[in-house]
Amino acid sequence: MSDASHASVVWRGTAASVALLVIFLAAWQWGPGLLRIPPFIIPPLSMVAEEAVRMWHVSALATHTGITAAEVLAGFILGSLLGAFIGYLIGMSPTAELALSPYILALQIAPKVAFAPLFILWMGFTVYPKILVAILIVFFPVMVNVLTAIRTVDPDLINLARAFKATRAQIFWKIEFPASLPPLFAGLRIGSTLAVVGVVVGELVGGNMGLGYLLSFGEGQANTAMVFVAILMLTLVGGIAYLLVILIEQRVLHYLPKRAMSGF
Amino acid sequence: MSDVIRLEYRDVTMRFAQGAGHLTAVQGVSIAVRDGDVVSLIGPSGCGKSTLLNIGSGLTAPSEGQAFVDGERVEGPNAHVAFMLQKDLLLPWRTVIENVMFGVEIQGVAPAERRRRAQALLENLKLADFAGHYPHQLSGGMRQRVALARTLAVDPTVLLLDEPFSAVDAQTRMVLQRELAQTLKRAGKTALLITHDLIEAVTLSDRVLVMSRRPGRIIDEIAIDIPDRDDPLKRRTHPRVTEYVNRLMDRLDIGAPEAA
Repeated sequence: MSDASHASVVWRGTAASVALLVIFLAAWQWGPGLLRIPPFIIPPLSMVAEEAVRMWHVSALATHTGITAAEVLAGFILGSLLGAFIGYLIGMSPTAELALSPYILALQIAPKVAFAPLFILWMGFTVYPKILVAILIVFFPVMVNVLTAIRTVDPDLINLARAFKATRAQIFWKIEFPASLPPLFAGLRIGSTLAVVGVVVGELVGGNMGLGYLLSFGEGQANTAMVFVAILMLTLVGGIAYLLVILIEQRVLHYLPKRAMSGF
Repeated sequence: MSDVIRLEYRDVTMRFAQGAGHLTAVQGVSIAVRDGDVVSLIGPSGCGKSTLLNIGSGLTAPSEGQAFVDGERVEGPNAHVAFMLQKDLLLPWRTVIENVMFGVEIQGVAPAERRRRAQALLENLKLADFAGHYPHQLSGGMRQRVALARTLAVDPTVLLLDEPFSAVDAQTRMVLQRELAQTLKRAGKTALLITHDLIEAVTLSDRVLVMSRRPGRIIDEIAIDIPDRDDPLKRRTHPRVTEYVNRLMDRLDIGAPEAA
């Protein structure tokens, strides 16, 4: 694709995207009225916006969002580190993989969010059970991606390094680790969105903090607009987390051809 | 050119476990390559050519027999040998010059010396302008030249080349063959070249060894008596090339009904 035709594709795509957004927002604002859907089912856009302003002043929306964001960040970072670490460890030791794979598989099949009530029983209505659910849920995609990456490094590359008399550590740091970075980042992208799921489930189950709490509070009040605001803010938190991963990815994997890393 | 033997296989046999029994890939192969010589190894697919290369580079130990490089028995990877494959094996996260420095970096050569060597090789191989490029920005032929530079950077006495140009187009291949021939001549390197290309074998080598079907044995050895080993393009036009190629085709049973 030439630069000029690529630029025109980008321009047309962006224009269509913006047009879709405008149509969606308009449908949200006027659709419910036209279709006679009551506001407690789908509140129009303006009502949700008013509710957001009210919540900002009255319900400490900013604080709750901040708490959720901090939990997401902590859960994501710790879960990613743990997942990557275990992934590299198992990837380099076939024995460890053989020994651990049934347990890892079992834990992977178990729905991680179901652990939320348990963690709350253990740690009370604090931020920790939420972070723990996020860690658990982020762990797997990161670990599996790293493990697969280490397994699929071209054996000829390893032989090349061996022929130069590379040590095990040199093979890891000069070949396996850099080769695993693109799949690692693919895992981190998935993990960043899953971290939000883990945290919000934790907050829904118990406590009086965070957007998950506002979500269930709004539900209890039959305040549909409040639920919408909480959902929007959660999406925003997840979106920012995802964007941060992409920004870091683009710096780290700068050597990849541009189109192999198209962002979304 | 001296009479020192740089690379030697002494009665090498290689068996691989297969099912309950085993499969003999190479049977009693003896090869001796003198200093500065280029020897080609040709033979049908699966005759164990690449196995011999792995044994020479110390990546695999033979079931029987021994390999020697510079008079020392090969017991593992060593600094005297370097290999180059059909795949360029460039690391996508390293620039061209960093890829060239890969081997010397592992061997612990001082950074300034690494850079000096890599720079010199890139200039020789007309890659100096691309030192800061990443592999995906290069053509197949250029990538293979970078791989050659990486192989030469560790300054091996013996080069093991496994179909190094079979993945590039015919014209690029001829250019690369000439560059390889000139580089080998200039640096006085000894090389064992595995190839399927009969003309490549004849135009690049001092001798061509022919291997049989599995289990691979050496069934013929042809000394190439054509001048200008450093100029395969000129050699190509020599009338004796056809004669050698015909003899090789004959030895490989190319054209015989069962070879198809």
